Amino acid sequence: MSTTSELLIEALGVRKAYGAFVALDGVSLTVSASETVAIVGPNGAGKTTLVNLLTGLLKPTDGVVRFKGHDIAGIGPVTLAQRGMARAFQLVHIFPAMTVAETIAVAVVSQTGRSLHLFASLRRDAALWAKVREVAAIFGLEGKLETESRLLSQGEKKLLDIASAFALVPEVILLDEPTSGVSSGDKHGIMTTLVAASKRAGVKAIILVEHDMDLVAEYATRIVALQAGKVLADRTPDAFFGDPDIVAAIVGRRVGQSRENA
Amino acid sequence: MSALPKRSALVAFVALAVAVLAVLPHLAEPYYVTLVLPAFAYAIALLGFNLLFGTTGLLSFGHALFVAIGAYSTAVLTSKMGVKSFEAIVLVSGVVAVLAAVPVALLSVRYVRIFFGILTLAFGMLFHSFLFKFYDLTGGDTGIRVLRPTLLGMPFAELDKTAFLIGPFYYACLLLLVLLGLAMWRVVHSPFGLQLVAIRENPRKAEYLGVRVRLFRFLAFLISAFYCAVGGAILAINTGQADPELAYWTHSGELVFMTVLGGFASFFGPLVGAFAFIFLKSELMGATQYWRFFLGATLALIVIGFPRGLMGVASDLWRKACRA
Repeated sequence: MSTTSELLIEALGVRKAYGAFVALDGVSLTVSASETVAIVGPNGAGKTTLVNLLTGLLKPTDGVVRFKGHDIAGIGPVTLAQRGMARAFQLVHIFPAMTVAETIAVAVVSQTGRSLHLFASLRRDAALWAKVREVAAIFGLEGKLETESRLLSQGEKKLLDIASAFALVPEVILLDEPTSGVSSGDKHGIMTTLVAASKRAGVKAIILVEHDMDLVAEYATRIVALQAGKVLADRTPDAFFGDPDIVAAIVGRRVGQSRENA
Repeated sequence: MSALPKRSALVAFVALAVAVLAVLPHLAEPYYVTLVLPAFAYAIALLGFNLLFGTTGLLSFGHALFVAIGAYSTAVLTSKMGVKSFEAIVLVSGVVAVLAAVPVALLSVRYVRIFFGILTLAFGMLFHSFLFKFYDLTGGDTGIRVLRPTLLGMPFAELDKTAFLIGPFYYACLLLLVLLGLAMWRVVHSPFGLQLVAIRENPRKAEYLGVRVRLFRFLAFLISAFYCAVGGAILAINTGQADPELAYWTHSGELVFMTVLGGFASFFGPLVGAFAFIFLKSELMGATQYWRFFLGATLALIVIGFPRGLMGVASDLWRKACRA
């Protein structure tokens, strides 16, 4: 957490309007190396729009979004992956008929520039499969390498989804509710795995969109709270949870109080 | 633990099939041997067609367009330009089809599912009406004659037409099928092929893993056009004619039929489908004038009862045999 951390993502005065509806208005934020930035806020606050802007899927109506100093407005997912940012979705995205090994291999193939090898043997590519096994092992999937993705449990599918994003060796990874649809007991397990995996894979920063405030409190190093398309707060977890008004605005009193009682 | 037959068993099966096809002209009646030629042609065309359909997940209803381009290229080369070399014909037909496929693919791969299907169907119909209406260029409904090619420079002038077709030409086509089959096997089992499967399974996820979805769909389309044109060249040489019916939409439908009949989920399914279709059609046509009805009923039965086609049935039987 040095103060001279490398600046990775920078959004300046970002505004996004859909016709008359303004989803985001004047949002600025930064993400630097060694940060885990949580984006929180009630439904409709603009989280999804912000995430889509930060990952270059959308172009802002006004303002600029830079990743490692380059404007990434509307660059799209493929260029984003090439530049070093990966994204895992809230809803699990898998390749149902592909095995765990093949799924991870898709990312390794594109990350290592093997995509246009039309006549190379995939099966005999020892370096590729070594890399696949390495990534699978980080996520505890090494015993399931030959299992078709559709046969995995929900939690395993989630891990595979995220593992394949990690296989891109990203500098920044954006996790959209990585623990949604997972039983509360498994949530911490998944987050612990993710944080450890990030360190091992050399991920510099994590952007986390999460509803579960316990997870946010435990894993985020900074919290950006959105409300009605504007940044309500951009603080460390201590400062965030220490301000009852902010907590109430974002998560409602009940949750805030239950945290105080805990 | 894998449901697929072991690799060595697969190699043995393929070697056996090639051996049977190699001795067939010496054992079977010439009529049946002449039936194998279109089966070779369709097998090659479907290797390409299924790269797009089975592997990449794009179902085209217009690929007869490229079969026809292969046939007409062959016709123009042999009867108008004096090019007789079969090797040159195959190469040029394929390249012409790839060039024609560039604009078609650029437009079509922007869409998926039914929209892709309809667009390819429309391009096929467009080409069909072009062949039909531009009489001076294409010979209209009668088409263009295709002259006998030379094989490796040899004209085989001493052989009559049938003897040429079921003799040297048969083996040239078998060799071509084996070579193009091996090439396609490599493509499907390459890193590129893996990306195509990812696109079929979940294009959005594939994009976020760095797969250039549209580019790869485009490339798969071009490769499929090449294979279809080579198949078209063989068909045209076999019948001695390139006619507009080759580009008609029902012919595109037959490509789909054969692929589903054999099983699009399997690499060898379309090959099996091509042979099964040709023989089924020939037997039905000989047996009844209502052959179209029975062909249609067969397709309905396959789709409902055996959605994985003949290869699906075969692999189930194989698995049972392994367990027993």
